[in-house]
Amino acid sequence: MTMALFDACLALCLPLLAWMVLRTESLSQAVVLFVALGLLAALGWARLDAPDISLVEAAVGTGLTGALLMHTLSWTDERPPDIVARARRRPGSLLALAALTGVLGWAVLALPPDDPGLTREVDARLARSGVEHPVTAVLLNFRGYDTLLEIAVLLVAALGARAVNPRTERPSPEPARDPLTGELFRMMVPALLLVAGYLVWVGEHGPGGAFQAGAILAGGGVVALLTLQMGAPRLSSWRVRVVLLTGPLLFIAVAVAPLFSGRDLLEYRRDLAGTLIFVVELALTATIALVLLMFFPGVRPARVSGGKAP
Amino acid sequence: MNPWVLYALSGVTVFSVGLVGLFSHEHPVKRILASNIMGSGVLLVLVSLARREPTGTPDPVPHALVLTGIVVSVSSTALGVALARRIARLDETAEEGRAGSDAEAGGGAG
Repeated sequence: MTMALFDACLALCLPLLAWMVLRTESLSQAVVLFVALGLLAALGWARLDAPDISLVEAAVGTGLTGALLMHTLSWTDERPPDIVARARRRPGSLLALAALTGVLGWAVLALPPDDPGLTREVDARLARSGVEHPVTAVLLNFRGYDTLLEIAVLLVAALGARAVNPRTERPSPEPARDPLTGELFRMMVPALLLVAGYLVWVGEHGPGGAFQAGAILAGGGVVALLTLQMGAPRLSSWRVRVVLLTGPLLFIAVAVAPLFSGRDLLEYRRDLAGTLIFVVELALTATIALVLLMFFPGVRPARVSGGKAP
Repeated sequence: MNPWVLYALSGVTVFSVGLVGLFSHEHPVKRILASNIMGSGVLLVLVSLARREPTGTPDPVPHALVLTGIVVSVSSTALGVALARRIARLDETAEEGRAGSDAEAGGGAG
């Protein structure tokens, strides 16, 4: 009963918070509400027995996205919100909202109420996948295409972001002087590495894996970036290029190798599958961490001409 | 009522709130927020559909798809944010070029 009440509250809160994010006039307030929405969604996913997604949502969908949006606000102009950030008055918008929700809700309710989906199929073939966790098996073995292409999407997005803003490659303007943040960061690094390593290792038989670990590492990197412990990674550096390409190239090599022995793309040998998946995940972790870090521009260079009216 | 129905309906509502928000805002950051909210709604529906059978493990295929979806949405957010920064910088340069007497301030960014 308590849990049902909790579910109902959560299910009500999510759309309400989404509405508030879009109604709020202050941009920074909207981002903070968005982070709250993401955390509540992570809670909901934990209630739906999806711990993997809950972890990724909390780390990537909320943590990194929130930090990215917050960081952007310091780059874009905070113009008077009444002009820009407020929604245009649209009398029909509530009506459209209700109609759309009604139609989509009807479609959802028309689905068969207790359908196991592909659970049986995955369970039956789990022993052949080389790992024990069904989500990892789907991600890196049964639907390896998805993950391979996803890495390509990440790389393209990072390159695109850099191409649009080539000048964010400049190193940080001044070295760190604040002793507190420096010390804090130094204490944080071993714990971060430990957690990330654990998440990669545990992905084989439980919730965890390359994305979660990469997100944790990238989070540490963002802290380093924002506290000026480190310059933004430069695309022109060969080290950065090597790390960026390790994951995708290794994955492609592992995917293509079976073709030479007469099997299909991404069809691992059964006795090697576990090892291969672990190695690919390790390489992907490094690439994902660096790509997520590269989404962050460096610290905004000081304005040359100030004196702008608020 | 099964809990999945609750969460699925909640996801549907979140999606439509995001869609309406996307069309009624002009500020790029707000639009990025709206598209992220739409994504959350879709993913919530997918995850709750994976939990339709009340006992046993949930369907892992939608879970894997949602993991991919979250990473793709963070990529699109990053690209959108980069474009927003670029737009802000171009606006700034244009304003400086208009306001300042220094004519060459407008031609700096490449």
